[in-house]
Amino acid sequence: MPAYREPRRRSPALPAPRGPLSGEVIAALRTGEAPRAHAAGDADPFGDDLQLALYVLYELHYQGFEDVDEEHEWDPALLGLRRSLEQPFLAALREGTGTDGDVEAALAGLLVEPVGDDGHSVSHFLRHDGELWHLREYAALRSLYHLKEADPHAWVIPRLYGRAKAAMVAVEFDEFGAGREADIHARLYADLMGDLSLETAYGHYLDAAPADVLATVNLMSLFGLHRSLRGALVGHFAAVEVTSSPGSRRLAAALKRVGAGPAAQRFYDEHVEADAVHEQVVRRDVIGGLLADEPHLEPDIAFGIEATGLLEDRLATRLLAAWRSNSTALRGPLD
Amino acid sequence: MPNSPERSGRPARVTLGGDGPLLVEGPVEVVGDDGTLYTSRRFTAAICTCRKTRTHPWCDTSHRRRVKPEPHPDDATDRTDGTDRTDGTDRTDGAA
Repeated sequence: MPAYREPRRRSPALPAPRGPLSGEVIAALRTGEAPRAHAAGDADPFGDDLQLALYVLYELHYQGFEDVDEEHEWDPALLGLRRSLEQPFLAALREGTGTDGDVEAALAGLLVEPVGDDGHSVSHFLRHDGELWHLREYAALRSLYHLKEADPHAWVIPRLYGRAKAAMVAVEFDEFGAGREADIHARLYADLMGDLSLETAYGHYLDAAPADVLATVNLMSLFGLHRSLRGALVGHFAAVEVTSSPGSRRLAAALKRVGAGPAAQRFYDEHVEADAVHEQVVRRDVIGGLLADEPHLEPDIAFGIEATGLLEDRLATRLLAAWRSNSTALRGPLD
Repeated sequence: MPNSPERSGRPARVTLGGDGPLLVEGPVEVVGDDGTLYTSRRFTAAICTCRKTRTHPWCDTSHRRRVKPEPHPDDATDRTDGTDRTDGTDRTDGAA
């Protein structure tokens, strides 16, 4: 196996703008001048322009961009613009979920398994019909999150205490390799990408990712960076952990079928087993602990679960529509 | 810290989880019927109790109740290619 090359050793180049908002943000970062835009206007809250602008602003808190001053992370004008983009995004999420605030009910739908494929699931499609190019596209798109896997959820740790904190940290410890660098889940993902002959450099596929992908990652950053949304962050984390095991098994089977290498399979095999544990711990102790400490957060936890489902459904619709018409789900060709 | 040697001296905790797996503080070794030794170094291991798991002896969420999905225009449930289509749902397809 070739020597491991750390995807985050360098920061990516700024992406290409997708409209006036993302254009303003990218220009401001490039020139160091304050952005002129102060409001989202009538931009589509789930559209390319707003989602890319938000993504770039959030990315300042993770890996930043090449030749962009790191101090921009706390630039008041950029933070003000970010807030004006977050508000319509959050409003659209609330409008799209209409939750009744019941965590048990929100989780119940995720804790049953359909007999068969309902035609809406990406992992079912890949399991049964996925070809190598589908899996490469999928892995490239998901790399926006998985190369920083579990990082957005670490923001919530200082906002928790007691049982919820102990359990959240234990799960995150597992995500970060349980003390072993080679087992960090983000690194397992980079190995998977290598097996699929994808570029593993952090942020490489940002320009290729449609708004529906950016929104799934922006959701985590939004929930993670706001203490007021700590309940939603925990709900998001639970939704992902609860649904990950069966989905991961289908993806492992798909990768095996198309002849991907051992690292590609290992990533998903690890998640079948790890997330069966994480699901139990997150439901019992992270959600259970948080509800015991702060029962008023229940509607927020339910909102986080439902918002995750909303954006994952939008993404699945986009991917499946493209693939079923035998065309790319990316904004441009892979390589 | 999970997996800390400081646990030695105090009993490992096992949590009974309704119709789900047994949760056992790790690291843990499980001996199978045939003497096979399985090791988990995770902070907690989830041991299958429903005997449906395909990652024996660890839980893989196969205990979950199965439901018929809503019909869908593009649905492929009537296909008879012999592949296993009862392998679970997800609203999210990502791994955690």
